Amino acid sequence: MEYVNPLTGFRVDGRRPNEMRQLKGEVGVVARADGSALFEMGNTRVIAAVYGPREVQNKGQQVNSKDALVRCEYRMADFSTGDRRRKPKGDRRSTEISLVIRQTMEASILTHLMPRSQIDIFVQVLQADGGTRAACINAATLALADAGIPMRDIVTSCSADLNYIEDSAGGPDVTVGFLTKMDKVTLLQMDAKLPMDTFETVMDLAIEGCKAIANYIREVLLENTKRLECQRDH
Amino acid sequence: MRDLQLSLNQTQRVRLEAALHELQTVAPAAAVTVADTIPVNDEDNILKGHGTSDQDGEVVATLCGVVERVNKLVYVRTLRARYKPEVGDIIVGRVIEIAPKRWRLEINFSQDAVLMLSSMNLPDGIQRRRTAVDELNMRTIFEENDVICAEVRGFQHDGSLHLQARSQKYGKLERGQLLVVPAYLVKRRKQHFHHLEQYDVDLILGCNGFIWVGEHVVVGENANMMENKLNLSAEVENFTPLETRKHICRLANAVRVLSALGFTLTVELIIETAEASVSSNIEINNMLGAEFYVQTAEREVKRRADLLRKKSGGR
Repeated sequence: MEYVNPLTGFRVDGRRPNEMRQLKGEVGVVARADGSALFEMGNTRVIAAVYGPREVQNKGQQVNSKDALVRCEYRMADFSTGDRRRKPKGDRRSTEISLVIRQTMEASILTHLMPRSQIDIFVQVLQADGGTRAACINAATLALADAGIPMRDIVTSCSADLNYIEDSAGGPDVTVGFLTKMDKVTLLQMDAKLPMDTFETVMDLAIEGCKAIANYIREVLLENTKRLECQRDH
Repeated sequence: MRDLQLSLNQTQRVRLEAALHELQTVAPAAAVTVADTIPVNDEDNILKGHGTSDQDGEVVATLCGVVERVNKLVYVRTLRARYKPEVGDIIVGRVIEIAPKRWRLEINFSQDAVLMLSSMNLPDGIQRRRTAVDELNMRTIFEENDVICAEVRGFQHDGSLHLQARSQKYGKLERGQLLVVPAYLVKRRKQHFHHLEQYDVDLILGCNGFIWVGEHVVVGENANMMENKLNLSAEVENFTPLETRKHICRLANAVRVLSALGFTLTVELIIETAEASVSSNIEINNMLGAEFYVQTAEREVKRRADLLRKKSGGR
């Protein structure tokens, strides 16, 4: 299958080969959560809710009482993909992505500031069109910032990747998680083989994307902070 | 909006947007987001407070909020975050567990707070050592899910937060409503207990964002209370007058609307909002509707503009 149409130079979803998806972010979408966000990258749409820091519910899971315990649950809505399919809760894919998101977020959360507590991150994919992993991480970052949880840096993620149709056809997919300010990569995942030199360009592209997303996320957060402050102020 | 799901019609939306926009023009705040650099003068002797960290010699925010500077101290004041206790804060909490010699309370903090049996007054008011019998009777004082008002006593060595309730004004709260709002909307004040005489209602603005609106309880001398109890127990026991209940609902709805709009909650503002709903003939159940919501926003804009004018006129 061709990913780029040789005649028009566009991809299946109408983007140019290295054009980024349209971004949209919104905070405060879940009323009862401490922090929440809705993040869209093109047709991929993810909702994230953060609860905590709160009392550790299961003391057995607490490894180190000096740090906060970070938990993450990733789930895909049944209606999120092209073919509707009931997926069991603990399937391998979602367990793996939960772990990936948890580790990525844990790297940026200043857990030592919240001893004896736990932070729960719930991410739900409402609509999947490739790059769900990246969208989940971005949504989680927004939600964590909304919850007022101290973080080292904004983690953003971008996948030099594919949409749902392309993904199902089994093309390469590179997801990169990136700490923008510190210029550090915290996550790198690739699901296929790529030649070395192509990989480098793909990587650069993904990092470029991460930076663009970080700028966007900052804008959203700043606007939200300003709005809250202005409404509150006397 | 966060707490209220509103269906605004076209005009209401425009009015709300105009009002909120008006508010935003007033205060240019030094807002930062995570990983923003906070500009500091090159004098190296600044103190980095909460919400900041040092990265390659730069002061970087780790939270979203507003930069505050007090002398040399630079810190970020967060808006939407959980409650951060300070010693002496008056808080409202809910009992979630009874453990040996202590109650555990949910107070919107990152851990549960602890109220020791020894750090509260016994119901009989006698000062004495707490015995094993007292410990067994703890459920007669507070049960699970009871709402309690207490004061922050401080952090213990192991990092747990302890409360105390050593006065008549603290203790179990009954016959009223508990409202949960973001903690940043309640400012620390001299007075957090308010008796609204015109309504016969008690209003407690807990620093942790838990707000209690309930029937007024007479807190008198101990003996006096016992006497009252004996005399009136039968009639008064489970009866709150309808009028008072309506007042409670009205005030509670006022708090809901104000918190959904993100306005700082003060007694004056809450009363004013409740009064406004009365004077514009809005039923209690309609207070959470779109129209009153927009009206409240507009009234607040006007109030703030008046305040500003007064200030500048005074000079």
